[in-house]
Amino acid sequence: MKSVIPREVETLWTLFTAPVVWALHFIICYATVAVFCAKRLPASFSFDTVRIVLVVVTLAALAMIVLSAYLAWRQWGFGAKDAPHDEPTRSSRTLFQGFATLLLSGLSFVSVVYAAIPLIFIAECQP
Amino acid sequence: MNDDRLTGDGRPTRSQIHRGDVIARTLWPATKAILSLFLLCPLLVSCSGDLSVLDPAGREAAGVATLFFAMLIGGAVIWVGVVVLLFYAARKKNAHSEQGAGRLILWGGAVMPCIVLGALLSYAMWLMPNVRPFFSGGGEGLQQIDVTGEQYWWRVRYLDPDGSVAFETANEIRMPVGERVAFQLTSPDVIHSFWIPVLGGKMDMIPGRRNVLTLEGDKPGSYRGVCAEFCGTSHALMGFTVEVMEKPAYDAWLASRRSASGGGDAEGLALFLKNGCSACHAISGTEARGVIGPDLTAFGERGSVGAGTLGNTTADIARFLRDPAGIKPGVRMPHYNMLPEAETDRIAQYLKGLR
Repeated sequence: MKSVIPREVETLWTLFTAPVVWALHFIICYATVAVFCAKRLPASFSFDTVRIVLVVVTLAALAMIVLSAYLAWRQWGFGAKDAPHDEPTRSSRTLFQGFATLLLSGLSFVSVVYAAIPLIFIAECQP
Repeated sequence: MNDDRLTGDGRPTRSQIHRGDVIARTLWPATKAILSLFLLCPLLVSCSGDLSVLDPAGREAAGVATLFFAMLIGGAVIWVGVVVLLFYAARKKNAHSEQGAGRLILWGGAVMPCIVLGALLSYAMWLMPNVRPFFSGGGEGLQQIDVTGEQYWWRVRYLDPDGSVAFETANEIRMPVGERVAFQLTSPDVIHSFWIPVLGGKMDMIPGRRNVLTLEGDKPGSYRGVCAEFCGTSHALMGFTVEVMEKPAYDAWLASRRSASGGGDAEGLALFLKNGCSACHAISGTEARGVIGPDLTAFGERGSVGAGTLGNTTADIARFLRDPAGIKPGVRMPHYNMLPEAETDRIAQYLKGLR
């Protein structure tokens, strides 16, 4: 299968993509709200703007995780072979890494969704 | 062996004897389980009372109780399901394909927990705005009550709509039924936590910070509150009473508190002043204006002495005057054991008579 993204990206680094996106999303959400509410910046933009920006950040993070999951799925051969991939061969190792990346992407996706839930309910800074 | 429960007439067959044994062996654990359930019944008393989260008298507490029971029942159902599955799996080895088992793990072990946890998280988040006034316009227009947690009692100030102090009291809170009240929580010494279990969740009182909690009582009655953060030797003796009252009675109480005066019993008041009580305590309508200890205006109406430590009787008040530290370790009030008993009794009588 031809793809815009070459197979050379399939290194150990792809394994970390989704968790790193999750971590960045968490830090961005946490720090933005905390700094906005602590500093009480002159009201050039409201808390609702902050929420909308963070929703956009969340969607971007989810999109990156889905992309990472797709690449992992491709690396895993689209699920053609069954786990466990425990042969001492390069292809087995690649399949194992793809499968692990896919699972990590799923975990990161759920975590990003959970971290974003307060954006729906928390409508203002605390006094 | 003859078991006529099983056979009715004649000698039992071998398989019948065996079946009887099995029935007896299976029934005995069940009987034991039912017996132990009966023994656990006394625990049910903790499901009600003036300090029970499970017997709510306010909307916030009702939300928490609903969440508790939903999680209890949900958890029980999941636990039973897992145990049944466990026994099934142990009995039927290799009855299902590996693929089917994998699918069960994916849906039952990953997808379902994600959905259930997401729903619980959303529900808990959805409960929060009710407690936090800033979502409904900063708690404006609500009755404001300023509560300060001090070692080891509660200073309670009722505020007028303009923010000035209408009057001060201690260790008792009265609130109108069906009306939201905003509590402004602070502390001058260490971290305390303000908790009225039947009305809602707790909130910390942190030195240098003002936390706001709004609560609403929807069932008139007398309840209790406690300090829920360890604050020193008498932390466990730091309670208060909560009176949820009908609106007319509440308004009458507010009016009576505004005009309360401790000058009715001149002799008792003179003793109170002579012995220096007014250095720390205030009684409105008199010269006593101390601010270190609890305000004693209308003290006779309170539910307790020493922040929930003793009942409010003349004898208990006199006991407390003679030996505060013995009754409440770490209390800052000095003892008045050097006074003749007649005098402490007379002061106690005066305090009990304050309305």
